[in-house]
Amino acid sequence: MVVELTAVRKRFGDVEALRGVDLTIGGGEVVALLGPNGAGKTTAISLMLGLRRPTSGRARLLGLDPTDRRARSRCGAMLQESGVSGALTVREAVALFGAYYPEPLATDRVLALAGLAEVARSRVGTLSSGQRQRVFFAIAVCGNPDVLFLDEPTAAMDVEGRRVFLDTLRGLAADGRTIVLTTHHLEEADALAGRIVVVDHGVVVADAAPAEIKACIGTKRVSFRAADAAEVSRLDGLPVAHVTVDGGRVTFVTSEPEAVLRALFERHVPIRDLEVTGATLEQAFLTLTGRPPDTR
Amino acid sequence: MSRGERASVAPLGRMLLAQTRSQVRILVRTPAFSVTSLLLPIVLFTFFGLPFAHLTRHDAVSAGVYLLASFGAYAVGSVMVYAFGVGVALERGMRVDALVRASPLPPALYMLAKVGTAMLFACAALVLLFAYGALMGGVHQPLGVWLTVIVRLLAGAVPFIALGLSIGYLAGPGAAPAVANFVYLPMAFASGIFLPLDRLPSAVQTVAPYLPMHHYAQLAWSAIGSGSEPMAASVVWLAGYSVLFFAVAVLAFRREERARFA
Repeated sequence: MVVELTAVRKRFGDVEALRGVDLTIGGGEVVALLGPNGAGKTTAISLMLGLRRPTSGRARLLGLDPTDRRARSRCGAMLQESGVSGALTVREAVALFGAYYPEPLATDRVLALAGLAEVARSRVGTLSSGQRQRVFFAIAVCGNPDVLFLDEPTAAMDVEGRRVFLDTLRGLAADGRTIVLTTHHLEEADALAGRIVVVDHGVVVADAAPAEIKACIGTKRVSFRAADAAEVSRLDGLPVAHVTVDGGRVTFVTSEPEAVLRALFERHVPIRDLEVTGATLEQAFLTLTGRPPDTR
Repeated sequence: MSRGERASVAPLGRMLLAQTRSQVRILVRTPAFSVTSLLLPIVLFTFFGLPFAHLTRHDAVSAGVYLLASFGAYAVGSVMVYAFGVGVALERGMRVDALVRASPLPPALYMLAKVGTAMLFACAALVLLFAYGALMGGVHQPLGVWLTVIVRLLAGAVPFIALGLSIGYLAGPGAAPAVANFVYLPMAFASGIFLPLDRLPSAVQTVAPYLPMHHYAQLAWSAIGSGSEPMAASVVWLAGYSVLFFAVAVLAFRREERARFA
């Protein structure tokens, strides 16, 4: 096993960030930890990497203590709260971290992989936040790691940057690497991962293939006004995962919006002001957990 | 990118070399540090040392030699307090430590590279200062004497590394330079580094024998035949201050550990 969390709890003062998590990740898996801010995703990654210690329970990395140098020599990490001295050039920073690993990739290759060839001679301190994010990615892969931990890797990226980045990750996964990433974008998790672990309030609320998760939480919302909204919301036989009524507006969360609309029209339900949009993660959480994600 | 068998960890020598090289680059490219530690001692010596360099002290030692030794002690202490104090505070501020922690670099090597880099800078500062004194003030001593001063000052710099680490872990990145200045400069003055003790206020003269800088400078003064206490006494004082400052640094480090990496 690459990652093993066994009955892991983590408490920060009065806040219990993880409340009993069991999670194993095998070699070559691409796993997305999906959840809203404050769900415990970053804490889980910190425990896997040995940056923090569990309050109770056990964390193992590649069968070793996560702080063991042999384990770390096979891992690369991209963290949310981290930095590199701004006085080093991009090339120098990547080469420095490469020297920590037994068999690093050639620096030029890493720079090309991360899309940094053009700014290789620039000081890290002069880069934009998107470019800096790519430097952190380069540092994560420079050691030719078997396991990659990426905490919110696409947070500072634009749409195009995100697309290129996900393509690069797919290439790395195709080499047989294990990738563990956190995100709060369902589409991102779906596009990349073979397995989605949904985390909320410090517990794993779902752990399945993306198709199953999508089917269970719905990916579209069908929203409209109806004269008798409450009655419409109680209609039987609609393929919906979750229903909310807000004033005169009914919102169905569903993975089959066309079927929902067909059923509504067949029953001659008068609707106005129709909207069909992608479901937000908040709605997905409502369907999974019956309550909105924590907003602390 | 084969997934096959390979060495389990990187050679420590390679890590240390790469880490030291990058530390040197970072410090050279931080003028607030490099100018302060390499040029400030020379500037201060120009004002406080050169005018008196031709005089002879009451103990028959050349005032120029005595002052170069004093400013040498100031220079090395300054490199240590700023490299560790300001350097560590800045790294904490930029969160450089988080990525390094997740990497396979052993923390001891990280520290060792910092010490090695600071020693290189201290050595450079002394060579520049002594060369400047010889060229501009005609202050000469046998090479062996200068080498003794350099070796003693480098070896005795431990309490200032510990003082720097305390500042680095206690102060924020914005406050650290001010704290380092506020602690180090008055201590240097009060220890008789820039002006002879008998020219300072009597209250300062009373305090001076208890200050780490005073005993540190004794290492250099005794090498040129102008010391006022046995070497063993200086070493004991410096060891005591090392223990004290390291204890403070360790407490501050643990506080930070609990907050960020517990």
